[in-house]
Amino acid sequence: MSNTVATVGAGPAKDQVVATQLGRRRKRTDQILLGLSLIATVIGLTFLLWILATLMWRGMEAMSLTVFTDVTRPPGSNGGLLNAIVGTLIQTAIGTAVGTPIGMLVGTYLAEYARDSRLGGAVRFVSDILLSAPSILIGLFIYQLLVLPFGGFSGFAGSMALAVIVIPIVVRTTEDMLQLIPNQLREATVALGAPKWKMIMLVCYPAVRPGLITGVLLAVARIAGETAPLLFTSLGNLTWAVDLTKPMGSLPVTIYAYAGSPYTDWIALGWSGALLITLGVLALNIVARVVLRQKS
Amino acid sequence: MSTATSPATLPTRSGASSGVGDKVFEWLCRGAGIFVLILLGAIIIELFLGGLPAFRAAGVAFVWGENWDPVAEEFGALVPIYGTIITSILALLLAVPVAFGIAYFLTELAPMQVRRPIGTAVELLAAVPSIIYGMWGFFMIVPLMAQYVQPAIIDTIGELPLIGGLFAGPPFGTGIFTAALILAIMIIPFIAATMRDVFQTVPPVFKESAYGVGCTRWEVMWNIVVPYTRKSVMGGIMLGLGRALGETLAVTFVIGNANRIATSIFGPGNTIASLVALEFGEAEMGSLKLSALLALGFILFVLSFVVLAISRVLLRPRTGH
Repeated sequence: MSNTVATVGAGPAKDQVVATQLGRRRKRTDQILLGLSLIATVIGLTFLLWILATLMWRGMEAMSLTVFTDVTRPPGSNGGLLNAIVGTLIQTAIGTAVGTPIGMLVGTYLAEYARDSRLGGAVRFVSDILLSAPSILIGLFIYQLLVLPFGGFSGFAGSMALAVIVIPIVVRTTEDMLQLIPNQLREATVALGAPKWKMIMLVCYPAVRPGLITGVLLAVARIAGETAPLLFTSLGNLTWAVDLTKPMGSLPVTIYAYAGSPYTDWIALGWSGALLITLGVLALNIVARVVLRQKS
Repeated sequence: MSTATSPATLPTRSGASSGVGDKVFEWLCRGAGIFVLILLGAIIIELFLGGLPAFRAAGVAFVWGENWDPVAEEFGALVPIYGTIITSILALLLAVPVAFGIAYFLTELAPMQVRRPIGTAVELLAAVPSIIYGMWGFFMIVPLMAQYVQPAIIDTIGELPLIGGLFAGPPFGTGIFTAALILAIMIIPFIAATMRDVFQTVPPVFKESAYGVGCTRWEVMWNIVVPYTRKSVMGGIMLGLGRALGETLAVTFVIGNANRIATSIFGPGNTIASLVALEFGEAEMGSLKLSALLALGFILFVLSFVVLAISRVLLRPRTGH
């Protein structure tokens, strides 16, 4: 742009022409890029709608009360998904219950004790790596740690694999939320004579409660749909199983087995399961956002 | 903040009991932190120890061995490593321009009222479990590819000299390209959301000055926002790459499961994660095959560790830690 301003010697008439041409070209580029970015956004939204529409359309085919009241049965005998649903609920609940306190303690350590320490930096780095590490590797790890030595696949091992996934998610949200707290709040609490642990437990945590709840909800949403780590740990079980020491079914693993099967009724049930898990996960995500927004 | 506080009311240690409470709580927190370090170390060690018999049997050649033959107990990792890298890079090539477009739209172009709903929709797309992408890809995208897309490309570009071979072969619908496409759809929202967050860190003053001297929206984007955020944008792309490398279920359904290197991008292949997921069920406890699968897991870990570490180094400084 400075070029056009600088070419004073070319005469006012010519300047006008050059400037108009340049202006037109710049405007055209801007319009083209606007169009391209619009197309990109439409592509992104199309996929979301396409996936949701497919799930609705194929998922409703086999959707009935039996899905929730009957266990998985051999092809052709009208089974449901009850054992898979219950298995997912159990493993997700235990995974969250184990992973959340550990994650919160780590997040607290990073935000309240080790903002600038070397150990804190290492923990933050490792937690970030774990956050994005392929979940299949966490499955293999738990397989080596809890399945091989103890002689078999189990719901417990599946829950532990999910707990490992929960930890870094909760670490991240806890740390991020605690860092939003103004230091005056901490100083005021300590000035009243409260020890640090009381300050954290009774002042800091309540102050960021919506954020902490959001973190846990997002963690639940994430592990409820995880398949890869469960393939090697709780394995899946096509009969009723709530014993944590035995292989346990779960919705994602059942979907995986059913979708890959040659039986049309199993595939239809697989779609119903897929619809259920997607609606559940999306609902959790939306609730998490609503909870977080209430704060501000 | 009152400065008139007399010394008598300043905080003093309120007895030994709270001192103990502080110590206990601090060590609980620190212990949990150390536990996370141990966890990552344990994952590395367990995967390595599990893969050790396979590494021993084939030596370092395991990494570039071309054969994956469970019957002959011969295991080489080259094919799945190649498949992992090629699908991820193809996915990035497809995803990055779209993600950039979405982020540009959401930060600079979209009217304020639609920014939040569209942004949320993109984030929801990122939350859909990967098995759903796999199943959807298998039942929706694969037939489309087999019937329309692949025959069309094979008959046109596939006929060209030199590059034709890349697009040759029978139109199965599954294969490396389809896997890359599903991966791209999966990582678009991740990269787009990261880019949007990063673009929003540009101080408004910079953009306003550029608009003030008459820059168009695209000129502001390309000359102000992109240079300012270049490092973090690369970090976001690496984060997407990290996800693509380790993605299992979305790929397993559509990769075609073949343990050879395909010259055409429509050919079937395998990635580390899909091979492990597909063949794990047939591997007996204590067998060399199981060990080979764990060794593959170790290699995948090293790959994604490097990518994620780079991504974190690039992303963190801007986000304020």
